[in-house]
Amino acid sequence: MNDFIQFFTENKEIIFIVILMIFVGVEVIGKVPAVLHTPLMSGANAIHGVVIVGAILLMLNIEPDNILGLSLGTIAVFLGTLNVVGGFVVTDRMLEMFKKKK
Amino acid sequence: MIVEIKHIVYLLASVSFIMGLKMLSNPKTARNGNLLAAAGMIGAIIAAIFFHKGEVSSLIYWLIFGAIALGTIVGWVTAKKVQMTKMPELVSLFNGMGGACAALIGLVEFHHYVGDATSMSVILAGMVIGSVSFSGSMIAWAKLNGTLRNAIRLPKYNILNTIILVGLFIYAAYIVYTGTANELHIYTLFAAAILYGILFVIPIGGADMPVVISLLNSFTGLAAAFGGFLYGNQVMLTGGILVGSAGTLLTLVMCKAMNRPLFNVIFGAFGETEAAGGGGPQGNVKEVGPSDLAVQMNYSKKILIVPGYGLAVAQAQHVIKELEQILEERGVEVAYAIHPVAGRMPGHMNVLLAESNVDYDKLKEMEDVNPEFPQTDIVLVVGANDVVNPAAKTDPTSPIYGMPILEVENAKNVVVNKRSMNAGYAGIQNELFFRDKTNMLFGDAKKVLTDLVSELKALD
Repeated sequence: MNDFIQFFTENKEIIFIVILMIFVGVEVIGKVPAVLHTPLMSGANAIHGVVIVGAILLMLNIEPDNILGLSLGTIAVFLGTLNVVGGFVVTDRMLEMFKKKK
Repeated sequence: MIVEIKHIVYLLASVSFIMGLKMLSNPKTARNGNLLAAAGMIGAIIAAIFFHKGEVSSLIYWLIFGAIALGTIVGWVTAKKVQMTKMPELVSLFNGMGGACAALIGLVEFHHYVGDATSMSVILAGMVIGSVSFSGSMIAWAKLNGTLRNAIRLPKYNILNTIILVGLFIYAAYIVYTGTANELHIYTLFAAAILYGILFVIPIGGADMPVVISLLNSFTGLAAAFGGFLYGNQVMLTGGILVGSAGTLLTLVMCKAMNRPLFNVIFGAFGETEAAGGGGPQGNVKEVGPSDLAVQMNYSKKILIVPGYGLAVAQAQHVIKELEQILEERGVEVAYAIHPVAGRMPGHMNVLLAESNVDYDKLKEMEDVNPEFPQTDIVLVVGANDVVNPAAKTDPTSPIYGMPILEVENAKNVVVNKRSMNAGYAGIQNELFFRDKTNMLFGDAKKVLTDLVSELKALD
């Protein structure tokens, strides 16, 4: 119990963010028409590409002589970029088609 | 001082993600919403690189820039070149890349945090979820593009998978508890998580892939959020949790549209009844040719078109628009009846038809269009099968029993365009095809519809 309270106190800001964001996520999707399910999934897919920030932080904090870490980190940045760029571009291409309607 | 600006950028980026996702749920604002989220993402990436505290060797900057440049080119070109029909599997592929990125972060960071139980738990959680999402997405990708056509089921796969999942938990707990510095453990855990992702997705049927992709999408979001927890980085946390929660809800919405509880999707209700697949209704089918159909259509009042995956495969979206126009010129009322899961992803048909400038108002959703079928002269089903199978309502032994369908059998005439009599994606035969008022129009959708259009023109 004490461990849990200590954990909570140490990380209370993060826990607040997490709980509130869960509700925001549910609210935001609330009533989306079936038409937009695929673009929405694709857009959300691009947003979790934010994991690339983690890969960048990893690279910036790594010991320069850690060859394996550097290699894996570089691959991580590459894959994260694929997720971000590919995700947003594909979503845009899907949505581009909706725009032309009268 | 200057480096602290990054927190403001992170905040703005988080807001842009929320606003962007909100705007994505409305057709009018969707495109700008996507661009807004993209702008926020670029901001967050720039802030992470340039507002960093502490000395970093230039080699590392070069590696980062190189990786980003390469990733941008590859991602951009792939996304631009892909055909509309291939979009679903591409989403799955990019999702897997994000999962792999999260997994690699865990692998590299592990030894920095040995002994710190909280951080180790966070790292292991992020790595396991990321790995599962990666390998699962790759399997989903292979299934959607046809490399992996059939569901592969090991004997007692549900029990086997559950054992592996529980094993993953226990093993991760053991690593945290002992605080071991031996990296062999984390690589073993990594391999086990990859294996679990494969075994998790491989027994699931192709028809359920959209749900699986959506679920894995929220997994990757969760993995990103664990990364945010580890680095105390708010933008990763907000972005990750946002996608995690929105993705989970979207998954449930999709399940509801298919009337398939998530539990059945994962633990495979399709599997149990699939043996019945080969059998099903038999009998004679009636065929109709383009010229006869053209005459019939020419004198109809109301025609509803039901598009399915066959339309996407044949790339027939433009010619179907042409058909719609020519019929409208003859005074026929034409609309499209869209099943929520027609195609390979919810909304797939809408995206496809939007490509050929079909009017948004002509796309009718299932609940709205079902009462209209009895007043419809001809229903033209193009490359759809399971979503119009009456067995979903009448046959409790059918694998798709309970799924809401487009009730095309209520229309005065039904014309089904298919390439052959092969079963649909769920692997079951369709009694609709054997009904008296059903006529089959065999052939590739694009070719057959082109013939139909030229026959209609000739009638003038």
